[in-house]
Amino acid sequence: MSDTQPILEVENLCTTFTRGGVALPAVRDVSFNVGKGEVLGLVGESGSGKSVTLRSILGLSRRYGDVTGSVKWMGQDIAQMPERKLRHIRGRDIAMIFQEPMTSLNPLLTVGMQLTETLKAHTDLNRAARRDRAIEMLDHVGIPAAASRLEEYPHQFSGGMRQRVMIAIALAANPKLLLADEPTTALDVTIQAQILDLILSLADELSMGVILVTHDLGVVAQTCNKAAVMYAGRIVEQGDVRQVLRAPRHPYTVGLMRSVPQNVPPRSQLYTVPGTPPSLEALPQGCAFAPRCQSRTDSCMATRPPLESIAQGRSVACFNPVTDAQGAAA
Amino acid sequence: MASIQYILKRLLLMIPTFFLVMIIIFLLVRFLPGDPAIAIAGDRASDADLEAIRERLGLNQPMLVQFWLFVTNTLQGDLGRSILLRAPVIDVIFDRLPTTIFLTLYAVTLSLLIAGPLAFVAALNRNKWPDAVIRTVFQVGLSMPVFYIGLILLTFLAAQLRWFPVGGYGDTFVERLHHMFLPSVTVALYTSAIIMRNLRSAIIEVLDAEYVQFARAKGLPDRLVLGRHVLRNALISTVTLLGLSIGNLMSGTLVTETVFAVPGVGRLMLEAIFARDYPLIQGLTLTFAVLVSVVFLLTDLFQSTLDPRMRLT
Ligand SMILES: Nc1ncnc2c1ncn2[C@@H]1O[C@H](COP(=O)(O)OP(=O)(O)OP(=O)(O)O)[C@@H](O)[C@H]1O
Ligand code: SF4
Ligand SMILES: [Mg+2]
Repeated sequence: MSDTQPILEVENLCTTFTRGGVALPAVRDVSFNVGKGEVLGLVGESGSGKSVTLRSILGLSRRYGDVTGSVKWMGQDIAQMPERKLRHIRGRDIAMIFQEPMTSLNPLLTVGMQLTETLKAHTDLNRAARRDRAIEMLDHVGIPAAASRLEEYPHQFSGGMRQRVMIAIALAANPKLLLADEPTTALDVTIQAQILDLILSLADELSMGVILVTHDLGVVAQTCNKAAVMYAGRIVEQGDVRQVLRAPRHPYTVGLMRSVPQNVPPRSQLYTVPGTPPSLEALPQGCAFAPRCQSRTDSCMATRPPLESIAQGRSVACFNPVTDAQGAAA
Repeated sequence: MASIQYILKRLLLMIPTFFLVMIIIFLLVRFLPGDPAIAIAGDRASDADLEAIRERLGLNQPMLVQFWLFVTNTLQGDLGRSILLRAPVIDVIFDRLPTTIFLTLYAVTLSLLIAGPLAFVAALNRNKWPDAVIRTVFQVGLSMPVFYIGLILLTFLAAQLRWFPVGGYGDTFVERLHHMFLPSVTVALYTSAIIMRNLRSAIIEVLDAEYVQFARAKGLPDRLVLGRHVLRNALISTVTLLGLSIGNLMSGTLVTETVFAVPGVGRLMLEAIFARDYPLIQGLTLTFAVLVSVVFLLTDLFQSTLDPRMRLT
């Protein structure tokens, strides 16, 4: 799919918040493309800027911080587009599933209302048709007795069911791109798989592009075409999913791969990348990963490694990228 | 919607409150120095009048019997006669009550009209100049005593510019709106400051809520995001606060009615106190207790209407 014209092109996206007068560079120079029907996996530790990246694409971050760079949707830059126009893209072309199902639905409105208002905003369907479509969507995401649940409120649904409602809302207007922010983290394991299958089968059916944020590299391996690894607000490695996961070049990606249980011999202790991510208020001058990196050299501390292309569609931000042999051994 | 059972249950729960209020009102007169009959009939009552009152209230009988008589009389609408106005207390109160209710509703409506939009403007421009201006103006309003604002308005808008009448309350609805405008504004300046402060911070909090971000992500027009998703949620806490501050609101009404010579129950209370008209004081105290309870109940019903999580059965 990588040879088709991408539907979304993100270039040098930077989002900076300010807290107590201090600048927080939550997202830095993030660039990637998503093609039609393509699934991009976005991985990284907590706080690495995955959610902010998604929110910035939809223009939701600019109320809270300074957003620069370009976000091209079907060739048109929407990064600075006024809300009035942007709202016709939100929900209709690009839809988002939020990370937290318990707080992302309005407690005062019925589920039916929250579903149909999206349809009302984006389609010409009349009241009855919107209702039918709402029932169809709830049915589609596996909510039993959908028709009878339209009049119910979010607190009458379990966490997993709320997540499904959110997915139904996001998919109601047949978006061309879905931003799925850890759609399964809040759920228990059996439901996780169901929800992922659901999203991916729908993506397949509707040839919808997906950006899937997840902690789970196993999920990335199974479901994504491309992967991007974020660290402290930057993409440190990206490329075709098999290449990134089989032959990781960045020491951080290698660390992440080692912490996936399938990759270690049975009964050995689970590996985690030692140390903690840096605070955004006080990022190191050079490579942000340097304090935790075993391949670190003096130049890593002094200058930041740029994200450089190492092959077609594959790039890494590291002065001493791991070689194939080392990566395989790790 | 709240169910009928719920409302009935709430009404039942009010009974102990009223019992307590009745005890206090009852004891108020019993523990006055001197003869309660004189307190109730007034200094200039004849011996025959006093005897009739002793008979009616059972003052020669044990306290419990007296209390029982008091409760049954009250429940039958017999609150005694006002010394000052020489009429049954219940009639006097029903005569004056609509004026006060009108004034209060008028003031609350004005406050919401003033404070609602301004709270939105302030919240949407948080920490920018419109926010700062709005907050400062309301802060000034909040720090001035009600009667002082009333006097200023009365002096300038009514006495000097003659835009508004100085007293009275008019006969038709429109006349009333005109007559009661200044008193309502006086009360509203205080309540709108409270509403403004609370609604502003409620809106700010709700604006950041995930479900509001999600509503934006769905591509809803701003009008719906703000009206349907933000305002509703923000109003719940504000209306609750307004309901709970009905006590403050009524003491503001009391002063305002006096300053503007509005013939409502607030001014009546002051008159009754100065005249030591105990039957009237008793009746009015009971009336205020009923009003507060009704407002609390309405606040609850409002809350449970808006918030499905609060719906009790
Ligand atoms: N509105 C905001 N104002 C200030 N800082 C913010 C805001 N939103 C996010 N941040 C900060 O930006 C950083 C990146 O947050 P983000 O939510 O994108 O992380 P994440 O990668 O999604 O993490 P997680 O896996 O925990 O969801 C964090 O340090 C967070 O505190
Ligand atoms: S640039 Fe240096 S410190 Fe950073 S990841 Fe590469 S080797 Fe490690
Ligand atoms: Mg996140």
